[in-house]
Amino acid sequence: MPSINQNTANDALPNFCNLGVVLRILVTVNGFALAASVIRHPDIMGVAIDFAEGLAVVEPVLLLSLMLLCPLRRPLGRLGYGTGAVLVILFEMLLAALAWRVSVAFSGEADTGQLARYTVFAGCISALLLGYFFLRNRAFSPALAEARLQALQARIRPHFLFNSINAVLSLLRAEPQRAERALEDMADLFRVLMADNRKLTTLTGEIDLCRQYLALEQLRLGERLKVEWAIDPELGQALLPPLMLQPLIENAVYHGIEPAIEPGSIEIGAKRLGSQVELSVRNPYRSAQDHHSGNKMALSNIRERLALHFDVEAELQTEASESSHLVRIRVPLRFKEPE
Amino acid sequence: MNQSAVRIMIVDDEAPARRRMRDLLSDCAGAVPHQVVLEAANGHEAIRGLAETDANLLLMDIHMPEMSGIEVARHLAGLEHPPAVIFTTAFDEYAVKAFEVNAIDYLLKPVRAERLLAALQKAKAMPPLSREALERVDNEARRFLSITERGRILLVAVADIIFLRAELKYVTIRTKEREYLIEESLTRLESEFAAQMVRIHRNALVARRAVKGFERSADEEGDSHWEVLLNGIDERLPVSRRQWPTVKGLAKT
Repeated sequence: MPSINQNTANDALPNFCNLGVVLRILVTVNGFALAASVIRHPDIMGVAIDFAEGLAVVEPVLLLSLMLLCPLRRPLGRLGYGTGAVLVILFEMLLAALAWRVSVAFSGEADTGQLARYTVFAGCISALLLGYFFLRNRAFSPALAEARLQALQARIRPHFLFNSINAVLSLLRAEPQRAERALEDMADLFRVLMADNRKLTTLTGEIDLCRQYLALEQLRLGERLKVEWAIDPELGQALLPPLMLQPLIENAVYHGIEPAIEPGSIEIGAKRLGSQVELSVRNPYRSAQDHHSGNKMALSNIRERLALHFDVEAELQTEASESSHLVRIRVPLRFKEPE
Repeated sequence: MNQSAVRIMIVDDEAPARRRMRDLLSDCAGAVPHQVVLEAANGHEAIRGLAETDANLLLMDIHMPEMSGIEVARHLAGLEHPPAVIFTTAFDEYAVKAFEVNAIDYLLKPVRAERLLAALQKAKAMPPLSREALERVDNEARRFLSITERGRILLVAVADIIFLRAELKYVTIRTKEREYLIEESLTRLESEFAAQMVRIHRNALVARRAVKGFERSADEEGDSHWEVLLNGIDERLPVSRRQWPTVKGLAKT
């Protein structure tokens, strides 16, 4: 199974395919190019012209290296961190030299001083960025990131636990078989809640868990709880961090169903949007009613877990209308490889 | 409480919890003879059912839709002979502490038969719950105001109230349909419903959402003052000069 966090393996090269990494590199390199222009020219026009000229060289090198490093990161990674890093720096210097060669072909004048400046700039900035990612990796080191993930692991509300136990007790005398099934559901649910949840799970696995959870809620709430599913069957093997959907559904029950006497319906969806999976949970919204403080906690917990797993490539949105509350999560679509 | 017959009402929004309570009560029937006269699924059913069944002990869940068990008890406290109440809750650390401080009995779910038996035996000797003690446990704004008439409790949803006006001993509640009188202090109502209502005059609070606009008007002595126009009713209320600065922002543009 793939690891949950894309760059927490010990001292690994940054994942050059990751959007967050790409963005950080683009911003840093362009920032340095601008700073270099500002230092060299006193007037704004001079800075603008110099920066534009600089970009003509910097941008192709930058984009080309990102395009090449993305597929090359796995072979480079196999060489060990030190060798890999040195190779990346040399590779960047080589690309800068190539850029100089191309510019010579255009302008016709071969300025070797410029060649030295290009390669040194490329080497320095590559080393700097690698250093930054190295430190960032350490800051979010496996131990730390794991500790945070463990701490953030979705927790079931005690209220739910004790009410469910009470519901099972109520079944024991009259309907022992239903009580057995309910206890089995609880066992499965708590097994997942207490498990080591750093591994990704499949959408099917998460949905099975949600069904068991909802069976327990149904036991307590009966007719008041209605559920509508809209799951794209092709997404069954899509990979997700575990316990992303369940806390959203728990929230929907707690805020949308429990505060009302009338029955209400929860809509749960999963669909594909290009290269992303969108999960959605909609519940009836009762404005100015019971308990609203717990909601933000659960959502910020999920948001932080998404950030730890996917950096900027995942998002969580909420939408409140007059009559309903909608939460949407988008994560990159990846499928479990067949074993 | 009547020594001979304990007439019990079970109030819980979860059917399995009611069934469990019934099973446990039947286990206690030998030691404390009683009769379960009603099972209510929410506060409304409990309040309606009370007049019909004459229950004298309520076993009531705290966490219920629309009206918490504590709010139900606050309304019941206005009765001449309020029933005894034992609260049940699955998990509510904060409330549990407050109950102990205020000597209000409660049962933690899942309830044990022995614990229920002890509570039933104690309930006979307990004084009825006072409004003050209940408010100390839960001072959240009520969803309803209650009017007690000849042993019956009438609920008016706070969401339906257009204004509250103090008149001598009473406060008039005005809804779109009619008026009611309650014996409460306007100052306490103002602090309880600060989120929903605003004071426009020494003697009146209006619901923020009911404010349609304001109009200048002259009184008999020729002094002009502002009046508030309200959604749903034609009646207008004067805004005092003192409250005008805080009230004028409510006018919808």
